[in-house]
Amino acid sequence: MARAAQKTSDSKASAKIPNAPTATKEELLAYYREMVLIRRFEERAGQLYGMGLIGGFCHLYIGQEAVAVGVQASVKQGHDKIITGYRDHGHMLAAGMDPKEVMAELTGRIGGSSKGKGGSMHMFDVPTGFYGGHGIVGAQVALGTGLAFAGKYRGDDSVAFVYFGDGAANQGQVYESFNMAQLWKLPAIYIIENNQYAMGTSIERSSSTTELYMRGSSFGIPGEQVDGMDVLAVKDAVERAVKRARAGEGPFILEVKTYRYRGHSMSDPAKYRTKEEVDEVKKTRDPIEHVKMLLDQAKASADEIKAIDDEIKSIVAEAVQFAQESPEPDPSELYTDVYVEAAQ
Amino acid sequence: MTDILMPALSPTMEEGTLTKWHVKAGDVVKAGDVIAEIETDKATMEVEAVDEGEIAEILVAEGSENVKVNAVIARLAGEDGGAAKASSPAPEPKAAETSVTQDGGAAASGSGDPEKKDVTAAAPAPKTELKDPEIPADAKLVKTTIRDALRDAMAEEMRRDEAVFLMGEEVAQYQGAYKVSRELLQEFGDRRVIDTPITEYGFAGVGVGAAMSGLKPIVEFMTFNFAMQAIDHIINSAAKTLYMSGGQIRAPIVFRGPNGAASRVAAQHSQDYSSWYANVPGLKVITPYDAADAKGLLKAAIRDPNPVVFLEHEMMYGLEFDVPEGDYVLPIGKAKVRREGIDVTVTAHSRMVGFALQAAEQLAGEGISVEVVDLRTLRPLDHETIVKSVKKTNRLVSAEEGWGPMGVGAEVVARVIEHAFDYLDAPPLRVHQEDVPLPYAANLEALSLPGTDKIIKAVRAVLA
Repeated sequence: MARAAQKTSDSKASAKIPNAPTATKEELLAYYREMVLIRRFEERAGQLYGMGLIGGFCHLYIGQEAVAVGVQASVKQGHDKIITGYRDHGHMLAAGMDPKEVMAELTGRIGGSSKGKGGSMHMFDVPTGFYGGHGIVGAQVALGTGLAFAGKYRGDDSVAFVYFGDGAANQGQVYESFNMAQLWKLPAIYIIENNQYAMGTSIERSSSTTELYMRGSSFGIPGEQVDGMDVLAVKDAVERAVKRARAGEGPFILEVKTYRYRGHSMSDPAKYRTKEEVDEVKKTRDPIEHVKMLLDQAKASADEIKAIDDEIKSIVAEAVQFAQESPEPDPSELYTDVYVEAAQ
Repeated sequence: MTDILMPALSPTMEEGTLTKWHVKAGDVVKAGDVIAEIETDKATMEVEAVDEGEIAEILVAEGSENVKVNAVIARLAGEDGGAAKASSPAPEPKAAETSVTQDGGAAASGSGDPEKKDVTAAAPAPKTELKDPEIPADAKLVKTTIRDALRDAMAEEMRRDEAVFLMGEEVAQYQGAYKVSRELLQEFGDRRVIDTPITEYGFAGVGVGAAMSGLKPIVEFMTFNFAMQAIDHIINSAAKTLYMSGGQIRAPIVFRGPNGAASRVAAQHSQDYSSWYANVPGLKVITPYDAADAKGLLKAAIRDPNPVVFLEHEMMYGLEFDVPEGDYVLPIGKAKVRREGIDVTVTAHSRMVGFALQAAEQLAGEGISVEVVDLRTLRPLDHETIVKSVKKTNRLVSAEEGWGPMGVGAEVVARVIEHAFDYLDAPPLRVHQEDVPLPYAANLEALSLPGTDKIIKAVRAVLA
C-alpha cells in the first residue's frame, strides 16, 4: 500500500499560504516559550562549557528548536515515548524535563537527571516518557522501534517518537528497524532532523540520495518533508502521522529540514560551511523569529512576549545556579546503579 | 549390492528415528526418489535415493528409534552394481576412530566429531558426583534434554508473566533452528513468539527498547557468532543504560542461544564468547552445563531485572539429565562443586564441565583425586567457591573452550593468585582452544579444541 511519499510546506511562506496550519495566540505563546527556553538554555550551556564547568562532548540544539517543540504538541506526556541521539537537550526540555536537572547533569553533579553519571548525551526521564539520550549514532532508532513494539504489545495506543539526524539516516540498523516497524505495523514516528551536516560532512557528500523522507519507500513506509524552521508546519505534519499510528496503520517518516547554528559539538569550528551560509539562515529562517511573526499576526502584545522572555531568563539562571551548587556525586555512587538488585 | 546408510542430517547429528519407509523390498527406485523419512531431535527430513536399482531388503524397520548415523538401513541391488547410497545433506565422515594420541595433547581421531566420545561419556553423571544442594531431597527427577529444559523454562516463565516474550530468527513457525522453542508458538501465539527477519543488530535493539519500557524479552540468537552484529546493543544499550540513567532505566532482557564450537562448521560459526561478555559490567553471564542448571538458571535469568547473556552449547542440546519437577529456580552467581577431590581443582563451564568430569573419572583410576568446580555463572564470578577449593587442593587447572589470552581461565587464575597465592603448590595451568581460528578439517579441528585429554595432561603437569 506504499503511499507515495509527499513533500509539503514551502520553507518560508507557510504562514501566508491559504491552507497553512494555524494556531491560537495561546498556543503560539506556549510554543514561543518552549523554543526560547531551549535557546537560552543552550546558550548558557555553551557558556558553561567555555568556563570548563561542562566537560566532554556538548552538542547544542540552537536553530532546531521548532522541531522538538512542534513534535511535542502531539505527545501524550507520560503515555507516549520519546527517544533521540546525542543532540538531546532540546528534546528533553520540550518533553518537560526540569531544566535544573538537565543543566546539573551537564555539569556532572548529583542533582543531574542521571546523578551525574550520564552527561550530555545520556539523560532519561520516565515520567515524561523520555528514553534518552543515546550516544551511538542510529542506536536510538532500533531502541525506539522497540518502544513502539512495547506499545503495540500492550495494546495501549501509545506512540514512539524516534528522532535521528541526516547522519544517522545512513546507518544500517535504521533500515533493519524500518523493515520490522512496517512488517509489524508498529506505532513509530521517525523524525529525521536534517540539519544538513553529519558532523562536518554535508548531506550531499554523504548520501547517495538526499530526499530522506523517501528512505522508507522500499519498505512501504510513507514519508513527508517538512519545514523544520516552522513550528506549525512540524506540528501539523506530526499530528497527521500520529493519527494514523494510533489507528494501527504503522510507522511514518518525517524529514524535517532544519539547521544547526553552532558547530557539531563545542569543539567544532565548523569550517566546512561559510559564515555567510549560517548568517543567511539566521536572518531569513530563524524559527523563533518565525513564531514572533505569527504572534504579531495573532496580535500578541510586546508585554506578553517580554513576560515570557523574563520568565525564561530566570528559569535558566536558576538552572545554572543549581548546576553549579549541586555537589559532585559522592564517591559511593561509583558502584551504584551497575545492577538492579534482584528481588527474588 | 549396495548399502543404504543412515544419513547425517546436520553437523551434530549422531542418531535419529527412521519414521517411515516409502519403499518396500522389490520396489525399483531411481535417483531422486524419496525412499524414507528420518526424524532427528531438530527436524523431519526426507531421504532420497542416490542411484537407481531394486530395493533388495529393508534392514531397519520403520518406527525404529536411535538409529546410528552410518548404520546400514537397507540394501539396493544396482543394475550395474555401482554404489547407491542415501543422500546426505551434511555428510559426516565416519571412519573407524583411531587411537587417541597423547603427545599432541589433543584427542586426534579420524572421526568427524572428535569430542563425541567425551559427550556421550559425560552424559550419565559420574558415580561420585555430588548431589546438587539446591535440589530438594524429595524432588521428583525427570530425565530431560537440555533443549527441552530450556523450552520448559521459557514456557513456565511466559505462563507466569505476561511481559515475557520470545523473539528471534525461526523461533516461531520453524519451531527454533535447534528446536529449543518447540511448541511455544502453539501455546502462546504469534504475539509472544515472534519470528524476526535476519537482522540481528535491529532486533536486538528492538528487544532492548521493549525492555526499557518494561517488557521482559528473551532474544534468541541462532548462534552467538551472529550476535557480534548485535553486540553494540547488548553492551552499549542494555548493559550501560542503568548506570548512565542514574538507576532510572532498566533493561530486563535475556540474550540466549548456542555459543562455542559445534562440529565442522569452521571459524565463523565456532567462537566462544564467554570472556567477551564476562568482561562487561552491567551484564550477567550464565553458562550452564546440565539440564537442571539450564532450566533453573534460565528461569532465574528471565526473572532477573538486569540484562543477562545466557550461553548455551549446540553440542549439548540433545543430552539428557535429571531435572527436578516444578518451579525450579537457581541463584545466579553460584558455582557448583560437581565432584569432590583433594589433589587438584579443575574449573570449567558449559560443555567443558563434562570433559573435566570425565578427566576426573579417568584420573581417579590412577589414584589422582580431582575436584571439579562448575563455574555456572561467569559474571558475577563465584570466586569464593573456587578459592575455597584451591585452598583445599593447592593446585589449579582452568578449562575453557575459548581462546586462552585474556580469557576466563586468565581471570580465574588471577583471582586465585590474589586470594590464595600462599596456598598454591604449583603454578596454575590453563586449558583452552589453540590460538588460531577454528579450522574445518576434522583432524585440525580436533587438534585445536580442548577436551578430556588436554585436561588430563594439564592435571598431570600441575602435579608433577
